[in-house]
Order: sequence, then structure tokens, then C-alpha cells
Amino acid sequence: MDILVVLKMVPDIVEELTLAADGRGLDRDQVRMILNESDDQALEEALLLKERHGGKVTVLALDAPELDDALFAALAKGADRAVKVAGAGDGPGTRQTGAVLGQVLEREQGLKPDLILTGVQAIDDLDGLLAPLLAHVLGLPYLGVVVRVSVDGSARKATVTKECPAGFQARFEVDLPAVLGILSAENPPRYVPVSKVRAAMKSQTIELLPAPSAGEAAVAAPKLLEMKKPEEAAQAEFLEGSLEEVSEKLCEILSGRGLM
Amino acid sequence: MSQSSPATLQAESDFTVESLFGSPEGRKILTCMQCGMCASTCPYGDVMEFPPRRIIATLREGDMERVFTSTGLLNCVACYACMAKCPRGIALTEVLLPLVKEQVFLRLEETPAELQKALQNTFRYGNPTGESPKKRAAWAKDAGVPVRILSDDPRPTDVLWFVECQGAYHPRGVDTSRATAKLFHALKVDFAILGNEERCAGECARLAGEAGLFDTLMDDNLALFQKYSFKRVVTSGAHAYDAFKHQYREREFSYPLEHTTPFFSGKLDQLRPLLKKKLDYKVTYHDSCCLGRHNGFYEEPRRLLGAIPGVELVEMCHNRVNAICCGGGGGGMWLDTYYKSKGYERLSERRVKEAIATGADVLACSCPYEISRFEDALKVLGHETMIVRDVTELLAETMEG
Repeated sequence: MDILVVLKMVPDIVEELTLAADGRGLDRDQVRMILNESDDQALEEALLLKERHGGKVTVLALDAPELDDALFAALAKGADRAVKVAGAGDGPGTRQTGAVLGQVLEREQGLKPDLILTGVQAIDDLDGLLAPLLAHVLGLPYLGVVVRVSVDGSARKATVTKECPAGFQARFEVDLPAVLGILSAENPPRYVPVSKVRAAMKSQTIELLPAPSAGEAAVAAPKLLEMKKPEEAAQAEFLEGSLEEVSEKLCEILSGRGLM
Repeated sequence: MSQSSPATLQAESDFTVESLFGSPEGRKILTCMQCGMCASTCPYGDVMEFPPRRIIATLREGDMERVFTSTGLLNCVACYACMAKCPRGIALTEVLLPLVKEQVFLRLEETPAELQKALQNTFRYGNPTGESPKKRAAWAKDAGVPVRILSDDPRPTDVLWFVECQGAYHPRGVDTSRATAKLFHALKVDFAILGNEERCAGECARLAGEAGLFDTLMDDNLALFQKYSFKRVVTSGAHAYDAFKHQYREREFSYPLEHTTPFFSGKLDQLRPLLKKKLDYKVTYHDSCCLGRHNGFYEEPRRLLGAIPGVELVEMCHNRVNAICCGGGGGGMWLDTYYKSKGYERLSERRVKEAIATGADVLACSCPYEISRFEDALKVLGHETMIVRDVTELLAETMEG
């Protein structure tokens, strides 16, 4: 079975994020990028499926700072192939990412997986739109908030467990290929020793694919006008002192406003 | 991990019985007479599946996979007790255990969660707690005395003070760093720190078995040392001291090196007139594994404590070479939950019980891990009266008078 895991680099919030001078996004020079947490879960689920059923795991991502480290770590963990797509611009939005990756997957004959996994959401995609957008472009079924995947022997169908509100879980049967948004893998993402990552850097390569042209991947995306921190609302006033003093102040405030 | 990608095979093939026995230290391992002193002195000897004696016996049989695939070596807190007691003088904690632990680590089916997080954080942020590297020098702003940061002011300095992670980020470690800065200042030492550029020295990563991470950190720090001009390195990290002295030395680290406790002890004549305020404390000193057993600094901290007016020094039943590890070494700092899940006693609790038995008011230390570990252990045991202080904190306190 061929599993594709779509990975994405997102701003690392361990560092304080600062806004760009034009107030229309983050200051990209100050941001460090890190692998999206639920993409790491998607990768783990893919590796578990590979261990159980055999097959191949390919990781695919749009080029971004520090992406190579994440791709080599994925190879060291057991992924078989790492592919990055270059030329999609600096910090494309979710719709753009979905359009670019969707077209790459349609175009590349060597990327025809039985199953596509990605994180259910990302810090820069709280709506969790990437997986459904990909499914839409590729005309495939989609399920999100997935916590368990099992595949039948023929790799034609998968049984997918999805978290539902109020603590319920639901199981679905879905025809493959399909796109799944992974919330969490069955095991926590494994540790990969640095020596294995270094070995992967020496012995394995990252394949490079061009992004479709800007015209081909054009999407009707809304225009970002402004990004800012919420303005501080008026502060509550705390009355301090003994019970008598506080009562007196409270009465003053209430009568001052004509409320008693 | 059951997959065997080329990367896995390459990393795991470095260790062979032959390559180990090809070295002089490897041949010395063969002189083991199976006396079992190592297992009986090991603080986790009662639960250690493969104490050094049994590792060596298995090594002789040529069946190391049995050792490598057991998780028993996660119990090794790299405290140097087995090595200190080995009648053959085999470099157990220096040579055998790191090699074996590395192989165990590469084969772990599942890395205990806290250890995994600490190692990932150390790789990415240069510190195990996962704090921003940009905040590494934040403590220095409120040190009370000027602390020069080399990236801001790269003029040559006499002492390059390597603060280490705990001293830079942990609130109690920061207390020790501020006390240390005050002492440097009072002694008119020309000192500076690396600030946000400094990265973990990596000793615990190496002795947890994460040798690749240690190598990466060593590369980073060695490149950093090259950037600046200084006469010597003084570190307040006992584990950093150990790594610099025994591992970095094998590379291009040729600077004179000291740990802050022996450094201040060497300046006691100059320090003594400053120790004014009487501290009516009964103090017991805990020997850190790295400073004590591995590097022989037993008397220096005691000399400093003895110079504080009013301090009465008492000893725990296990002291100096026999001291019991706080449990924080070799990755143990991030294995408390794992040990607890196995039902083991926390070594820090075992140790503070000994400290309490002395009737001391203060438990003094000189390794930054110990303060938080012992304070936590005292809370767990519900013993609220004993306080834990770094030796430098006590020195700074007596200077306030």
C-alpha cells in the first residue's frame, strides 16, 4: 500500500511572534518554522500502517525554512521517499497550499497513493481546511478528526475511527484512495535518534518538484487587510479594604450612577 | 522500531564486540573477575537487569543483542558508583556504559515520553525544557551586577562562564546563577557569558544514550568557543564540566577549565574577608556524582562551607565516594515518571531522607540538577523545614552582611 503524508511547516510559537512592519502578517525574518504537530501524528499513523501492512510511505511538503530537517527526520523514522515542492512562494495560505499540492498530485504519475494522510489542523489552519481542499481538488472522499485507521488486505477500503462531540467515536468505512485528517496516531510520535537523522542526511535524498505556475494554481483567496493583537478591553476595578469599606465604596458607586 | 531502513542499519552497525575489544580500554574490560561490586554499589542495582558485571559476562558470550534490546539500562543514572568501586579499575561509566546505552537507545521500542521531549527540545532549542533560545540570557538582566554577554560585547575576557541550561532557565538555577555572578563581581573576576548563543553541553544526552545529539551539541559549542577570545572556561554546570573535561577535550577544547565551586574555593583567601554575615545553619553537603566521584572535588565545597561564619558542617551516612546520586544523571532528570511507573523509589527521596537524618537545616549542593530534585523530594516527603541551597547561594548570602 502506498501512503502519502502531507507535511507542513508552521511558525514555532516557542519564539515570540512579531508582526511584519506593514501589519499584514508575521515578520517572516523573526519566525522559526517547525513541523505542524498533527502532521507528525499523521506521519506516525502512516508508519504504523506500513509496519502492519507493508508498503511505502512518501512524505510531501511545500518548501519552507527548516523543512529539510523535518523531511530527513521522517526518512530516518522509516518513510521511504521525501518530496518537496519548490516555487510556491513565501508563506502561501491554506487555499494556495491545497491548490498547489492538489495539482502536483494530479500531475505526477509517480505520486498516486492509496491513502493520503495529513494533520487535521495546523496552527495557521485552525479551520482544518487543507485536507478537505486536497480531497476536493483530487475528487476523493475525506474524513477528519481521525484517531485510528485500519486497512483491509486489498488496500481498497479503510475503516476509520473519528472523534465526535460529547466523547463519542464513530467508525466509517471509506473507499480508497481517500484523504484523512489525522488528529492523533495510535501511538505517540516516535523519537528518532540524531545519529539516524544524520545517517539519513548522508544516505538519502529529497526529491524536488516544481510548483505549478502562479496562473495554474491561482485561487480566489480573500485579501488580508490587517493582523494585530486584540485591543485590551477596559479593566475591571477591584474594591479593596475591609467589608465595611468595600460596602461603602460599592454604595457610593451605585448611588453615583443613580442605581440606588 | 521494527523497520530497518538503511539509516537504521548504518547507525546500529557501528558497535561490535570486536571494535570494543580492539581498544586498550576494551581489553581492560576483559579483566573483569565478576565480583559483582558494581551491581551491589549501583543505587538501582536491585532493579538493574544488566548491571556492568552481567553486561561483561554477556559480552564475553558474544550475545550482546540480549543486552541491547533490554530496557534495563534506562535505570542507569550514570552516577559513577560502579566505576569508583570496581577493584579492576575498569572505566565502566566512562567507556562501557555509554557505548552500551547508545545501542540500547537506538533499539528502544518506545522512548519514555518526558525523556523524548527533553531530547527533542535540546536538539531544537538547545535546552531540555523547550524554552526559547532567545531567552537564555534573560536571567542576567536582573542579576544585580553587570553580566557581560559576548555577542553584545565581544571584547576578550579572562573567564568564559558557561552557565548551562538549568542555570539559565530553571527559577532555582537562576538563583544560583545570580549568586555566582555576585561572587565573580565581588572577586573582581573579568568574566562574560555566551548568552543566547550557548547551547546545552549535552552530557546527559550522551549518558542517556543519545550520542548523536551529544555530538551535534558539542560541534555547536566548539564552533562557538572559536568565535571569542578568553583565557579559561569556568562552568557552574557539574555535568557540563564533566563533558568538557572528558569529551570536549578529545576534540579542539584545550582551554583551562574549572567548575565554579573549586574555582571559588581556590580564591578562598580573597573571599574570606567578604564572608561577613553569620549564618547559624547546620549544613550537610551532598557530593554531586560528576564533581565528586568522577572528578574528585570532595574537599573544595566543604572548605567553602566551613569558611561561612556560624555554619556547622555535618555529614550524611553516605558521603564523598559513597554519596547516593540524586537520580538526575544519565537522563534520569527526565525519567522520574518512568521510574515511578515501574514502582522504583526516587533516588532524590532516598537521599533527602539521609539529609534529614543528620538534623541539618540546610542541604547544600553544587550541581544545578540537585536543587530542584531535592526540593521536590522534600515536598513529596512533606518535610517543609529543610532548605536546599547551592554552595554559591550560601556564599552570596553571607556576603550580604
